[in-house]
Amino acid sequence: MDRFSWSNGLLEINETLVIQQRGIRLYDGDDKAKLDSGVALLSTHRLIWRDVKNHECCIAMPLSQIVFFEEQAAGIGKSAKIIIHLHATPANKETGPYQHSKYSFIKLSFKEHGQIEFHRRLTEEMTQKRWESTPASQPIPTATGSQTGRTRAVGIVGIERKIEEKRKETDKNISEAFEDLSKLMVKAKEMVELSRSIANKIKDKQGNITEDETIRFKSYLLSMGIADPVTRETHGSGTHYHMQLAKQLGDMLQVPLEERGGMMALTEVYCLVNRARGMELLSPEDLVNACKVFESLKLPLRLRVFDSGVMVVQLQSHSEEEMISSALDNVSCTIPNIMLTLTRFRRHAVLDTHLRKMSSHSRETSRFNALNSFRDVFGRLLLLQVSDKGSLTAEEFAKLLGLSVLLSKERLLLAEKMGHLCTDDSVEGLRFYPNLF
Amino acid sequence: MSFEWPWQYNFPPFFTLQPNVDTRQKQLAAWCSLALSYCRHHKLYTLDVMEAQESPVFNNKKMERKLSIEAIQVVFEELRKKGEFSSWLDKNKSRCLVMWRRPEEWGKLIHQWVSKNGMVNSVFTLYELSNGDDTEGEEFHGLEDWMLLRSLQALQTDGKAEIIIMDDGKGVKFF
Repeated sequence: MDRFSWSNGLLEINETLVIQQRGIRLYDGDDKAKLDSGVALLSTHRLIWRDVKNHECCIAMPLSQIVFFEEQAAGIGKSAKIIIHLHATPANKETGPYQHSKYSFIKLSFKEHGQIEFHRRLTEEMTQKRWESTPASQPIPTATGSQTGRTRAVGIVGIERKIEEKRKETDKNISEAFEDLSKLMVKAKEMVELSRSIANKIKDKQGNITEDETIRFKSYLLSMGIADPVTRETHGSGTHYHMQLAKQLGDMLQVPLEERGGMMALTEVYCLVNRARGMELLSPEDLVNACKVFESLKLPLRLRVFDSGVMVVQLQSHSEEEMISSALDNVSCTIPNIMLTLTRFRRHAVLDTHLRKMSSHSRETSRFNALNSFRDVFGRLLLLQVSDKGSLTAEEFAKLLGLSVLLSKERLLLAEKMGHLCTDDSVEGLRFYPNLF
Repeated sequence: MSFEWPWQYNFPPFFTLQPNVDTRQKQLAAWCSLALSYCRHHKLYTLDVMEAQESPVFNNKKMERKLSIEAIQVVFEELRKKGEFSSWLDKNKSRCLVMWRRPEEWGKLIHQWVSKNGMVNSVFTLYELSNGDDTEGEEFHGLEDWMLLRSLQALQTDGKAEIIIMDDGKGVKFF
């Protein structure tokens, strides 16, 4: 017990509190010391003990004094203890409660338990030996009036020190907390570098790597969220992957499209395709990109975007379009004839193609008149259909024509835009009336 | 004399502000004339938009369709732009004046009555004109103050009347 010195109990700069435990009785060797009830504080540099009743009674010992320590289990009527074996007293030790002791060890008796944690922390500190790397700065000397030499920093100095300690504690906590995150970030950086190098390799070796591998690599890249570098090369030319996909779609969608009057909303296509594939599902981006290359690959499908933003895939067999246009050219542009031609294609997607052309004014003047009356006639056809029923909602119209609701709505909206229909918007829904205004 | 509703009143799309520009113009034209004739028939001079939404002109209960607040505001804004048939009383467009007859026309009517009864050169209070026993049966009986004032001001500009400020209100002298 003579290794202890009187202390003010304040932590110095660079010294941090590790753990504290109440209810500690000190033993000088095997003898109970008079210091029988206090708080033991373990810091990075010292072991401090403060009397619970008399806060001014505070002693401390540098951790460097400790040789080793061991636990002593609790017994009946006896609390658990930690026995700390110490070096010999250093020559420059300041005065403490005991001038001399015949023992070279002390015991801490944990009357209120907590010995396990204390032991663990003590082990940590003793292994890390942080007092060696961050020497505590000398405490500011204060006037020592009493013979016990107790010092206490008072006033602003004390407050400043406390603030400094708190700051250091916070810093330490934050850096500990973010340690894991920084490790993760380091790993992520490696991953990103790796995928970039692979992407570059693909770019360089384009043509030498087989398509399968390319597709596989690209799927890895996509799964990692990195934009496919090859698509950024030349505008318009899709990647191999998208082209293959487009060809596949072209084959797959012929029959469903014909069943549905030549036009399908992109969402329907997505569902169909993924259901058919089963395993290797398509992402929406892939689907859209594949659809965009239909035209360049001269496939009989087209991706069309309506004004409202609805995207559809429709059959674009040139033969069909030519059929309609030639039908209009050859036939005299009398309304009944056009009506007849139209009724044949009532359900056909080509009708909608023409509608789009009309609403943005065809520049082919030779067909201009035909298309103009076409427009009138189409309008009238739609008008007839609607007037027949008085008024129609998009759903009713869809049922009438056998089209999907989405597309029938598009057609009705287009007719409204041309002024043939007007809308009635109420809580019951959107109804289309012949425009009687 | 019951009010006759135009055919559009029973056409459901009439109560939806049409997105198509051409259709909308025709629709608004129909609404403007309907609103004006309704106000003329019922001698309404001011309108509160919220209340108006419940009145039969904008609310066809049988069809369960009514014009939205925004649409009503659009109609009266259109009236204002077309020829000052309406003007807003506040910035929020919640109340408006309806001038289905111009102040000048009112002024002429009043002056006609005054001269017909040989009361030129006499002084009237505004109250007398609008609510007096003598004017009962006249078209301008029950005319709201603001409208009356505007009509008299119109007459004043013409030199046919002069508005006098008295202790407890305004009066007017006709020439």
